[in-house]
Amino acid sequence: MRLTCTISDPASWRTSVLRNPNMEKLKKGYLFPEIGIKHEEHLKKYPHAKVISLGIGDTTEPIPKIVTSAMAEYALALSTPEGYQGYGPEKGHKNLRKAIADKVYSGMGIKESEVFISDGAQCDIARLQMLFGSNVTIAVQDPTFPGYVDNGVIMGQTGKADDGGKYAGIEYMRCAPENAFFPDLSRVRRTDVIFFCSPNNPTGHVASREQLRQLVDFARRNGSIVVFDSAYSSYVSACSGAPRSIYEIPGAREVAIEVSSFSKFAGFTGVRLGWAVVPDELLYSDGSPVARDFDRIVCTCFNGASSIAQAGGLACLSEEGSAAIQGVIGVYKENARVLVETFESLGKEVHGGANSPYVWVRFPGRRSWDVFAEILEKTHVITVPGSGFGPGGEGFIRVSAFGSKDRVLEACERLKSFLA
Amino acid sequence: MAERAHALSTVDGYSGYGAEQGEKKLRAAVAATYYADLGIEETDIFVSDGAKCDISRLQVLFGSNAKIAVQDPSYPAYVDSSVIMGQTGLYQEDVQKYGNIEYMRCSPENGFFPDLSSVPRTDIIFFCSPNNPTGAAASREQLTQLVKFAKDNGSIIVYDSAYAMYISDDSPKSIFEIPGAKEVAIETASFSKYAGFTGVRLGWTVVPKELLFSDGHPVAKDFNRIVCTCFNGASNISQAGGLGCLSPEGLKAMSDVVGFYKENTKIIVDTFTSLGFNVYGAKNAPYVWVHFPGRNSWDVFAEILEKAHLVTTPGSGFGPGGEGFVRVSAFGHRENIIEAARRLEQLYK
Repeated sequence: MRLTCTISDPASWRTSVLRNPNMEKLKKGYLFPEIGIKHEEHLKKYPHAKVISLGIGDTTEPIPKIVTSAMAEYALALSTPEGYQGYGPEKGHKNLRKAIADKVYSGMGIKESEVFISDGAQCDIARLQMLFGSNVTIAVQDPTFPGYVDNGVIMGQTGKADDGGKYAGIEYMRCAPENAFFPDLSRVRRTDVIFFCSPNNPTGHVASREQLRQLVDFARRNGSIVVFDSAYSSYVSACSGAPRSIYEIPGAREVAIEVSSFSKFAGFTGVRLGWAVVPDELLYSDGSPVARDFDRIVCTCFNGASSIAQAGGLACLSEEGSAAIQGVIGVYKENARVLVETFESLGKEVHGGANSPYVWVRFPGRRSWDVFAEILEKTHVITVPGSGFGPGGEGFIRVSAFGSKDRVLEACERLKSFLA
Repeated sequence: MAERAHALSTVDGYSGYGAEQGEKKLRAAVAATYYADLGIEETDIFVSDGAKCDISRLQVLFGSNAKIAVQDPSYPAYVDSSVIMGQTGLYQEDVQKYGNIEYMRCSPENGFFPDLSSVPRTDIIFFCSPNNPTGAAASREQLTQLVKFAKDNGSIIVYDSAYAMYISDDSPKSIFEIPGAKEVAIETASFSKYAGFTGVRLGWTVVPKELLFSDGHPVAKDFNRIVCTCFNGASNISQAGGLGCLSPEGLKAMSDVVGFYKENTKIIVDTFTSLGFNVYGAKNAPYVWVHFPGRNSWDVFAEILEKAHLVTTPGSGFGPGGEGFVRVSAFGHRENIIEAARRLEQLYK
């Protein structure tokens, strides 16, 4: 939301507390609320416009009844002596952790004790950055989900941003159509931590088994830690053969943390539930387990995901729940397919969309914020300018496939007439 | 909460990402219920998944260069989050304190309020009232001193009001009852101990628009950035529950819950008092702070556990100022509290 903070009147009281210099380094507001602000401004300008948002990756379709019923039941049980529960384990309910270990990581040797339930991947990224501290160096894909960079800046891992938007100290690994959206690791300098998201937000690219093998080997050789964001793994088509988890790659247990989320899987963007896997074998240079320190962070800076959300999570992972959720994911994947088709039919170079709810459209030679503004002005459709995800996103627009089928179809019609 | 959960399965009732600052209706209800005549508005309220999480986010906001003061004894999260954020020096075993934290002793001798004239300036002052673990509620006069102290030093108070509803006398429930507090204080609060939301996860933090860093930048603006980047809002179902809590029926229900725990507190107080112990707190909090003069608090904890199978909390776990005390909390089924009282009577008769 926009805060109406006016420049303080010189007569106003100021404390003597210095503003955190890391906060000053942040170039502007976080990307997604900025898009929200543009959305609001547009609505003010065109109060009768039927704005369709293919912008912020917000799920739109209702959650299957089997899941919400489980949450409702749990909520009602809290009003009974037998059903009431207070503080849960900070790491999360054992039954949910076990369900994740058994079902999401089936055959990958992930133990229930290695799963940490959270209130979402963005929150976990922040806690992981807090765990790593201010002295670590990080590498990110370029373009990338802004949360890795912004949390790094806040934790003091970086210097200032240059005019191009790159923060000093961060290693940006360009991912573009020209390199099949996988960085040339031979040209990437060693960093302590490598953030890698696949299927990727914003490009929609899903890394192949071979690419992830290279990544794991690179991390091993450099003694680095990979933070693998698999929030969109449920969008990977089975026929693609692409891994859904970093732990499908041999050796990953010793180099990688995986974060994931129920948000885009189950429509839990508002309910708030996710998890992080920190394997026992992942050790710092002094031999101490990363999981031990992460547990300390989780116990000290957090108090567990909502127990009601966790009850919902368990239902999501039941056979019936999973099947129902696949149905919803199917709606978004079909939306993505239609969007890809639409842009391709208009002669645009399109990426993503096949194993991801994001479609990455090239507008060569054009500034992405200009394209964003033009699409919004002329079609009342909200997208996200690629440069919001890093300088590597310039010249691209991210279009998200969340939305009801009807709205997405309508958006496609409008885009066709605008771009034809 | 059940209704909100069911609604998420409907086209009209489904909602995705909420505003990071929290649902408007809930923020408005919090402002109207707790801050009505105190000049705190809906836009000053940030809904969270609980006070402990907010403490941590506030520490991220302040950064590693900030220096903090805490009460001694105090809720350990202020100190621990400070250490994690790099604000402190090493732990000094001999004094049981971390370097670069100012520990403000609160004991029976000073009415559980620090002698501020001997407290050096820090950037941030964490102050919890009613206090965990001592149960002491600061008076209007004491809080007026605290606000003046913060004003004189250009400091920021982080006022933890998680137990405010346990107050029985006319001690202030909010720091914003003190004139001038909006320019020096942040207040954090929680539904945990009122509504039994320890597992549901819901709280809020007030950052007044009048609170400015030394360069004039509003603290709320940076806190909003933290909340948008490091967090994604409290669960929508929990927020629906919060709104239910703040309905007239909900407020009455919370008051009954608090009353129940206060009755438990009285049983515990009466038990220890009748056994000849000096006890503190309890009147305005669900905690009884029992003095065991000359004894090591971990030894007392072990003794009570071993001989009476009762779990308490050793005072030194809250800081060196807690040595010689044990915290007994009043949360529990009535029959368990009564049974605990019986066992204590046996143990210390």
